[in-house]
Amino acid sequence: MEVKTASFEKTASPKATTVSGAEAVIKCLLEEGVDTLYGYPGGAIMPVYDELYKYQKQIHHVLTRHEQGATHAAQGYARVSGKVGVAMATSGPGATNLVTGIADAQIDSTPMVCITGQVGSHLLGSDAFQETDIIGISTPITKWNYQITKAEEIPEILAKAFFIARSGRPGPVLIDITKDAQFASLEFNYKKCSGIRSYKPTPEINLIEVERAAEAINNAKKPMIVFGQGVILGGAEELFKQVVEKSGVPAAWTILGLSAMPTDHPLNVGMVGMHGNYGPNVLTNECDVLIAIGMRFDDRVTGNLEKYAKQAKVIHFEIDPAEINKNVYADIPVLGNVNETLKVLLELLKPNKHEAWHQKFKDHYKIEFDKIIKNDLNAERGKIGMAEVIDEINKCSKGDAVIVSDVGQHQMVACRYSKFNQTRSNVTSGGLGTMGFALPAAIGAKMGAPERDVVAVIGDGGYQMTIQELGTIFQTKVPVKIVVLNNDFLGMVRQWQQLFFEKRYASTEMINPDFITIAKGYHIKAKQVSKREGLKEAVTEMMQSKEAYFLEVKVEQEENVFPMVPTGASVSDIRLE
Amino acid sequence: MEKKNFTVSVYTENNIGLLSRIAAIFQKRHINIESITASRSEVNEVMRFTIVVQVTEEQVKKVAGQIEKQIEVIKAFYHTDDEMIYQETALYKINSADFVEDLNIQDFIKESNARIVTVTPKFFVIEKTGKRHETDSLYEKLKPYGLMQFVRSGTIAVTKNEMPISNILEQFDTTN
Ligand SMILES: Cc1ncc(C[n+]2csc(CCOP(=O)(O)OP(=O)(O)O)c2C)c(N)n1
Repeated sequence: MEVKTASFEKTASPKATTVSGAEAVIKCLLEEGVDTLYGYPGGAIMPVYDELYKYQKQIHHVLTRHEQGATHAAQGYARVSGKVGVAMATSGPGATNLVTGIADAQIDSTPMVCITGQVGSHLLGSDAFQETDIIGISTPITKWNYQITKAEEIPEILAKAFFIARSGRPGPVLIDITKDAQFASLEFNYKKCSGIRSYKPTPEINLIEVERAAEAINNAKKPMIVFGQGVILGGAEELFKQVVEKSGVPAAWTILGLSAMPTDHPLNVGMVGMHGNYGPNVLTNECDVLIAIGMRFDDRVTGNLEKYAKQAKVIHFEIDPAEINKNVYADIPVLGNVNETLKVLLELLKPNKHEAWHQKFKDHYKIEFDKIIKNDLNAERGKIGMAEVIDEINKCSKGDAVIVSDVGQHQMVACRYSKFNQTRSNVTSGGLGTMGFALPAAIGAKMGAPERDVVAVIGDGGYQMTIQELGTIFQTKVPVKIVVLNNDFLGMVRQWQQLFFEKRYASTEMINPDFITIAKGYHIKAKQVSKREGLKEAVTEMMQSKEAYFLEVKVEQEENVFPMVPTGASVSDIRLE
Repeated sequence: MEKKNFTVSVYTENNIGLLSRIAAIFQKRHINIESITASRSEVNEVMRFTIVVQVTEEQVKKVAGQIEKQIEVIKAFYHTDDEMIYQETALYKINSADFVEDLNIQDFIKESNARIVTVTPKFFVIEKTGKRHETDSLYEKLKPYGLMQFVRSGTIAVTKNEMPISNILEQFDTTN
C-alpha cells in the first residue's frame, strides 16, 4: 500500500543504519522525545518489548496492571506535561483494553499515540489467535489510525502519528504493527513530520472576523466569556488573562477549561454547566454577548439548546471548523489557534470594567454561597462532606497541586471547590465521564510533572474500576496521593435516583472491601478518617508524605451536589436545592 | 428544515480504511446512505467519493465538516440535485426466448435509449444509464417478462460549478 506524506518525499539521509522494525519503533519514540511509556506486553508486541530491554536507560516503560490503565496514565501524563502520551499493548485483548482510554482522549482532545502489536500479516483476516480488527474498532474514536505491515513504513508512519496527535486540535492516534513488520529489517532514518497534504491543523485567521469580534465586545453592555480547554491546548493562558483583564469581561469555565486561569482571579466567575455555579449559568441567559473561547458547547454545558443564550450575540473562538455552529449558532466565528487569534483581539479591545454587570455575578454568588457553599464547607451534619475534604487539600496545597478527579459527585465537588494557581492542574475525564480514570491518570500526571503534588480524588465506585493500578504505584514508587471519598454508594447515580426515580436505589449501594488493608497489601501507606476532628490532620499527613499515600474519608452517604441543571432544563432554571 | 437529496463529493488521498471512516460519520448520526461510489478523480492519485443522502441542509453541512476533519480528506462538497449533472447505470438480464418472441420488449429498449451489451442463446443483457426514474421506468416495463437479474450502480455526478481541487491542493502544499 502506498503512503503519501508530502514532507517525506524528500527524505534521504546518508547515515541510515539497518535495524529491525521493533528497534525502529523505539528509535522513533526517542526521536520524538518520548521518555516514558505505559503498556503491557504480549505475544504480538514482544519484539518491541525485547528491544525496550536494551533501551531501558533511555526510555522508562511503566508496566500498568491493565491496558486501560496504560491509556489513562498516558492521558494524565499528556494533560499535565503538554507532551504526547504513549501507550502500548499487544494484539487482541490487549488492544481492545485500550479502547476506553482512546475514546476518552478523543473526546477530551488529548494528544496520545497508542502502539499495538498485530498478528503476522499472512494471518490478517483469518481469525488468528489474538487477532482483532483494532483498526476497525478504533476508527470512530481516533484522530487517525494506521496498520503497518512492512518494516520500512515504521519511521514515516510514527512521525506522522506524533505530528497528527499533537497538532491542531490534538487527539489520539493508533498504530497497529504486524509481528512480521517488527521482525523484518529496514534502513532506519528519521525525519520528523512537519506537514501532511490534505491535513490543515490550524485554520487561517480571518482578520475581519477578529475585528468584528472586537467590535462586538467593545460595544457590549453585558458580555460574558466561557472558556474551555482550547486556552490550555493553545498555550494561550497568559494572553487569555490579558484579554480578560483589559476587556473587564467576567469569565466562566467549562470543566476542562478549569485552571487555565487562576481560581482566585477577580474576573473568574466560576463554572458553567450541569453542576456549575449559579451566576454564570443564570447569566448566560442574560448576557448580550457570549464569547466562547476554545470550548465546544457540550450538552452538559448548555442544557436545553432551545433555551440557551438565545438573547446573546455569540462569538466563537475555535480551532476546529467542524465545531462552528455544531450545537450553538455562532454570529461571529473566529477560526484559528486561540494563541494567535487572541493576540490580534487583545490589540483591538478597549479597556473596560463592566462594574455593574460584574456585580450581578457577585450577587448571584452570594445567593449560592448562602444556600449551598456555606453549608458545603462548614457542615454541621454528622459525617464529613466532600467539599470539606477538598477545602483541606486546598489549604495544604495553597492552590499549587494537580488534582486528578474521577467521575461522579466527588468530581463535581472537586472541580467546584479546588483552587488552582497554575494551568494544567485539573485532570479529569470530561467528555466521556470515565469512571476508573483517576487512579491511573494520577500516575501519569505525577510522572509528567514530578515536581508537583498530585492528588487523585476518587469515589468508592470508580476506585474499584482500576484499583489494580495500586500495583503500578507500588512497583514504580510514584508518590501520588489518593483520596477516596467513600459514601458506600454510586453517589451520582443515587442522586439521580433520589431526584428523578423516587428514591428507588437500584444497584447503587456498594458494600465495600477494607480499602486500608488493600492499600497495605500493596505496601502503600494508608489511613482512614471518618470524624471531622481527624480530617485536617489526616489530609496534612497525606500532603506532607514523600511517598504514595492512600487516604479513605468516610463521607456523608446521601449528600447531593447542587446547584444542578436537570437534563433537558434550561441553564437559567438551575436548581439550588 | 426539510429533507432533500444531497450529493456529497469527497476528495481524498488514496488510502486504505478511509471508506469506513467516512461511512462511520454517517452511521454515527443515523443517516442512511442512499448510494456511495468511489473512483479516481480528475486529479492524479486523488480519489473521489460520491455519496447520496436524504437529509436537511443543516445536517449535510455538519456531516461535510466532520468528513473534512479526517486527516486524508482534502475537501468535502455538498450539492443539491439541481446543482449537479448526475447519472446511474443499471443492467437488466432477460431470457433470450422472451426477447425474441415479444416485440414489446424491443420497443421499450429502443424508446428508452437502452443498449444491448451482450447477447447469448440463453440471455440478453441490457444497459441503461440515466436518472433514477428512467432506470426505474425501464425496470417496471421489463419486470412482467421475468427479469433474471437487475443491478444498479450508485449515483455518479459532476457539478455545474467548478470544484477547484487542484487549487486547494496547492494551498495545502504551500502553507504546510
Ligand atoms: C465506566 C463508567 N460506568 C458507569 C458510569 C455511570 N456513572 C456516573 S457517576 C457514577 C457513580 C460514581 O460513583 P462513585 O465512584 O462512588 O463516586 P460518587 O458519585 O459517589 O462520588 C456512575 C455509576 C460512568 N460514568 N463510567
